[in-house]
Amino acid sequence: MIELENVAYSYGGGELLTDISLGLAPATFHFLTGPSGAGKSTLLKLCYGALRPTGGHVRLFDRDVTQMDRDAVAISRRRIGVVHQDCQFLDHLSVAENIALPLAVSGQDSADERANLRELLGWVGLTGRADALPPELSGGERQRAALARAVIMSPDVILADEPTGNVDWEMSQRLLQLLVELNRMGKTILIATHDLSLIRAAKQQVQARVLRISKRRLQLAGTDL
Amino acid sequence: MVLKGLMTSDAAADRVVPPSGYTARLTMFSAATMAFLAVFALALSLSAGRVAQEWGEALARSSTLRISAAPEELSAQTAAALRVLETTPGVEEARPLSAEEQQALLEPWFGPDLPVDTLPMPQLIDIVETPEGYDSDGLRLRLSAEVPGAVLDDHTRWRRPLVAAASRLRLLGWVSIGLIAAATGAMITLAANAALAANAKVITVLRLVGATDAYIAGAFVRRFTLRTLGGAALGTALAIGAILVLPDAGEAGGFLAGIGFQGWHWILPLVVPPLAALVALYATQAAAQRVLKELT
Repeated sequence: MIELENVAYSYGGGELLTDISLGLAPATFHFLTGPSGAGKSTLLKLCYGALRPTGGHVRLFDRDVTQMDRDAVAISRRRIGVVHQDCQFLDHLSVAENIALPLAVSGQDSADERANLRELLGWVGLTGRADALPPELSGGERQRAALARAVIMSPDVILADEPTGNVDWEMSQRLLQLLVELNRMGKTILIATHDLSLIRAAKQQVQARVLRISKRRLQLAGTDL
Repeated sequence: MVLKGLMTSDAAADRVVPPSGYTARLTMFSAATMAFLAVFALALSLSAGRVAQEWGEALARSSTLRISAAPEELSAQTAAALRVLETTPGVEEARPLSAEEQQALLEPWFGPDLPVDTLPMPQLIDIVETPEGYDSDGLRLRLSAEVPGAVLDDHTRWRRPLVAAASRLRLLGWVSIGLIAAATGAMITLAANAALAANAKVITVLRLVGATDAYIAGAFVRRFTLRTLGGAALGTALAIGAILVLPDAGEAGGFLAGIGFQGWHWILPLVVPPLAALVALYATQAAAQRVLKELT
């Protein structure tokens, strides 16, 4: 579904990532780890076409990103749910409207979809917060709302960038549980995190591949994790 | 396709751009002002065109024969001139002005009590031409032979600059309308650029969730177009109201009394709001495409 082949990415004259090859097969679970500034977020952005590689190839659903225009990338992104650490909401819209935003932009704002939205709000435990504005939410609520928005289009792949960065242990376990559930539904999950305890907790529940970015390159993490 | 997208109601798309009262009011005010000016420029241009045509037609079909002679010869020369005019092809009617009519012509300058009969006044003959007109050079030759004191004034001398001035005024009106449209486009572009730059985060979020450029641009284009349409409609209504209440200067007002719309011309100001909206649509779309490309 998402495939990176010998990808390099340079910015401001320096190379951030070198010779990265990665394939995200259906229903697989991956962690991407590494120190702060190693390039985890950059790699995730390459995976959903927000950045274009300066070398190698990124293929989204068998199409080379460099051959796609902005609209084609945007349409491909409807099959990829993205959860950011800072959530990226539109603060003037309610939680429900933010979660439904992918439906609105893809013209799928039907009655059925609204029913799914209510179900989804219940799944992430935000039924009572549907009309609240994003700034009124706690950190955990924001992350759950971001996850709900990422999955509302029933994407094939979910990419999460430090999804538990701003929440306590209990909430991070709850978010992890939601992501594991999604994986069991057949979704491919890639989580960028430096939270090793989260990785250990996940490995007790799913078979997860742990990748590490070190010295601009991607490698399989050791078995100590 | 653009218009279809504009007319299609998409409440969700409209709501993705945060409301901005200040920018909205400024855009509406600018659109209203520009529409107000455009309607006046239109009225000016149409009036000038109408006046140019009326003056041209009226003066083209009339001329004056002035007979200056000693009082004892004036009647004979007038009769001779009338005979010449009666046999001149292209002259529909020739009529000597009465003493009262000549006095009325001088009244604006000398007042109503002027004793015309005691003054050595020339006799004026009002000539109305047929649509084909007469040969003025031929008539002058005949008059010089038969009525030595006659001077033919076919109004050409002062008709041309008047008609030219009215035509220039009409052109100036149309140029003004063009400039107003261009200025409206420039203002909307600036406002749209500012709104797009201020909403960079909104654009980032929309792209993150899979919005195409057309969807993002559409949200801004719809908003600016509808604001402009509303503002221009208000400005047009005010301008029409102002024209309707312009004081009637009557015939003495000449050109000034003619500023406004007549007949089917009243439809033309109604074109101003949709035209302004069209300018806004294309200006915002161009701005959005440029900014979205830069934000890649």
